[in-house]
Amino acid sequence: MKNLINFFKRFLMLELFQGLSVTGKYFFARHITVEYPDEKTPQGSRFRGLHAQRRYPNGEERCIACKLCEAVCPALAIKIEVAEREDGSRRTTQYDIDLTKCIFCGFCEESCPVDAIVESRIFEYHGENRGDLYYTKDRLLAVGDANEAQLAQDRALDAKFR
Amino acid sequence: MINIEIDGKQIQTENGSTVIEAAHQAGIAIPHFCYHKKLSIAANCRMCLVQVEKAPKPLPACATPVSEGMKVFTHSEQAVKAQKGVMEFLLVNHPLDCPICDQGGECMLQDMSVGYGQGHSRYHEEKRMVLAKDIGPLVAAEEMARCINCTRCVRFGQEIAGQMELGQAFRGEHAEIMSFVSGTVESELSGNMIDLCPVGALTSKPFRYKARSWELSRRRSVSAHDSLGSGLAVQTKNNRVLRVLPLENDEINECWLSDRDRFAYEGLNSEQRLTKPMIKQGGQWQEVDWQAALEFCANGLRQIANGAGAEQIGALATGNSTLEEMYLLQKLLRGIGSDNVDFRLRQSDFSADGKQQGAPWLGMSIADIGRADRILIVGSFLRKDHPLLAARIRQAVKQGAQINVIHATDDDLLMKVAHKAIVAPNAMVETLAQVAKDAASKHSNGIAGSLASGERVAVLLGNFAQQHPQAAQLQALAQQIANVTNGKFGFIGDSANGVGGYLVNAIPAGKGLNAAAMLAAPRKAYVLLNVEPELDCADAQQAIAAMQAADLVIAMSAYKHGATEYADVLLPIAPFTETSGTFISSEGRVQSFNGSVKPLGEARPAWKVLRVLGNLLKVDGFGYETTQAVRDEALNGVDVAARLNNAVSGIETGAAAVNGLQRVADVPIYATDAIVRRAVSLQATKDAMQPKAWLHSKELSKLGVAAGVQVKVAQGQGSALLEVAIDDGLPEGVVRVAAGHPATATLGAMFGTITVERA
Repeated sequence: MKNLINFFKRFLMLELFQGLSVTGKYFFARHITVEYPDEKTPQGSRFRGLHAQRRYPNGEERCIACKLCEAVCPALAIKIEVAEREDGSRRTTQYDIDLTKCIFCGFCEESCPVDAIVESRIFEYHGENRGDLYYTKDRLLAVGDANEAQLAQDRALDAKFR
Repeated sequence: MINIEIDGKQIQTENGSTVIEAAHQAGIAIPHFCYHKKLSIAANCRMCLVQVEKAPKPLPACATPVSEGMKVFTHSEQAVKAQKGVMEFLLVNHPLDCPICDQGGECMLQDMSVGYGQGHSRYHEEKRMVLAKDIGPLVAAEEMARCINCTRCVRFGQEIAGQMELGQAFRGEHAEIMSFVSGTVESELSGNMIDLCPVGALTSKPFRYKARSWELSRRRSVSAHDSLGSGLAVQTKNNRVLRVLPLENDEINECWLSDRDRFAYEGLNSEQRLTKPMIKQGGQWQEVDWQAALEFCANGLRQIANGAGAEQIGALATGNSTLEEMYLLQKLLRGIGSDNVDFRLRQSDFSADGKQQGAPWLGMSIADIGRADRILIVGSFLRKDHPLLAARIRQAVKQGAQINVIHATDDDLLMKVAHKAIVAPNAMVETLAQVAKDAASKHSNGIAGSLASGERVAVLLGNFAQQHPQAAQLQALAQQIANVTNGKFGFIGDSANGVGGYLVNAIPAGKGLNAAAMLAAPRKAYVLLNVEPELDCADAQQAIAAMQAADLVIAMSAYKHGATEYADVLLPIAPFTETSGTFISSEGRVQSFNGSVKPLGEARPAWKVLRVLGNLLKVDGFGYETTQAVRDEALNGVDVAARLNNAVSGIETGAAAVNGLQRVADVPIYATDAIVRRAVSLQATKDAMQPKAWLHSKELSKLGVAAGVQVKVAQGQGSALLEVAIDDGLPEGVVRVAAGHPATATLGAMFGTITVERA
């Protein structure tokens, strides 16, 4: 009896159609796969990508060298040196983030009292050498300058929850 | 004793104490800002409000004396409401600039607002503005809007430093702390205001924006700048000393630190630091490795020992060298057959050597000085030489002690002086002898009378008396006075390890030459440990001449200094923060410490350098592994307490004949040692200004010059051009010209005749 059932199953290719029915179902269903890089998934305003340093609209850098981000960083990825600028204000002379150490937890952004260090929506960056992922103050400010509109908009969206 | 109850806890406390003291004894925290255990009670911050049973309103714990059966609640509803309210008022005008405030992370206001505050602010109006003040190079008052008007700094100035340099002007919202008519804070204890300030209004200027408190590691150390042995908390980051704070010890420095101890660390990071061994070849300095430098030294010393004789080698160390360094230096010298080793560089009278029963010391503990009721200070620039001892004596005077002074200058001690005798240096012995005579014959007037009326008499010989050409006679007379008044006498001591130097025999024992003799009869070779001869020796002129005449000068120093002129080898050694070691303070306290940071560059601890030199010169017993091994050997069988003895016998007293003007030389407070001399901020203070020639106005009119003009001051072959100034506190016939400063390094002995003429 068992042999007979197996014979018909094989003869009618029942299992093949069973399997193909799954394929067929997804063939007509709505597509979820995104064809990166032609297509991209939507991002939330709290996306934690590449870091950026922001400036005030008058061009003054926001960072006041309070070192809270350095203190809170669980991966010890941030290094800051401070000095008094000629005008007497407290500024960084060095602000480095080692992205090979960074775990993108977002604590730096959260601890910043002046919204100077932020994580942007950028995730498509790479480095060909190890040093390429060691972001210095100039590079971080450049990222900020290039994306200020988006960064400001995202901060504004999140402001009421902070 | 009184029984009270705080938060349900039964506490026994002394009658007359306050609630906050009782609570602190029992380990109960009461928030406070203006209260400080060493200052008077102001009760103006209102943070310590507590509920007391049967009191209608909350009471300030710092100003409420305890009474029998009192019941205090620090966490009751009423107390918490009061604390929250006070906190909210304090924060009304406090700027929200914690992220850029140097106090951030170690701020009482931050801590209290987390512990007792609301967590949010209801205040949306404008905050008050207070302008920045410039009160000198040490204390920053840039953000006075942060001030919560606790007046701790004001009370410190009045009560501890003895001079009110900050005060609170205006009222209510306009109240602000300021100095008098844009003056600066010049107290030698001003740095303590930074510690006292509970917020970030007064911060350290040299430390401004250097680091956050949580980044610093803390190491214990001992001050190398005076003889008290104050405890230091050295704070470091990235192998650099960034700040020095006091280590509390009621027996020594209480919770204070002098500015010299606090800010001298800047000299450790000086650009003049020597980081590589150097040899002079053909008149040119060349950097070499340690091996080459040490072999050069060993060969040179061996040649001179074999040729001219070992007694042609002399070794000089400063009294700020560690016990281990001094022990190894004398062991090395004695190992190669020379007995010429000394650390008493500024001393000029060595006639007490061999007549003394032990190592000269303070004669009592530092705490005993605070408890003395009659004090005689002979020859001391007390406030500048020993700022914290002066503060302690100031407290004793406030409690009713009488202080008497015999000195050559009448500098303001900022305390009430009962009797003083300001005499020329050559008359000091005579004056002291008169006091001894009066005391023996039970005189009831003057200094002798004052001393006779006391129960706990202290006779202290200061640095000036120790450096005096008749120091031994002054010592013998002080002993007589102490004997007849039933008191104690001692030397305050001019260096961190003076007592240690005696205990490890870093002084000539047999036929060896002492520091002065070594320079008066120039040797062929000198080994210098931490010494800058033109600044550290009693006779700068003679020291330089001796160095220039020598064939071989081995300078072990942390700095490139004047030795580049005459030395043949410069060996970079580590200052006290970069080596382990031991200091024995003038009260005989043995304090060992570890290095706080690693030695800079190729600098090495001096004890290691001396160890290798000993091995290269094949002296036995130089196989030490640690400073502890050196110390154990140096102090093996030495009963420190038993070796401390000021008693001296067989000293004849007599008058000294001097013709013409006499020099009175102080070593300015910020010129005492190599590290301090390179501390930039200290050098910017008024105390470190260019030395002047100070004269009594009568002497000045005799000379026929006006104050403020340049005069030529000459001693022996050398002269210096200095501004002349009037000090009517000086006796006639003397000129006060500081030593230890490059401007006066061309002059001769710190005492003796000096000529002043128009430039």
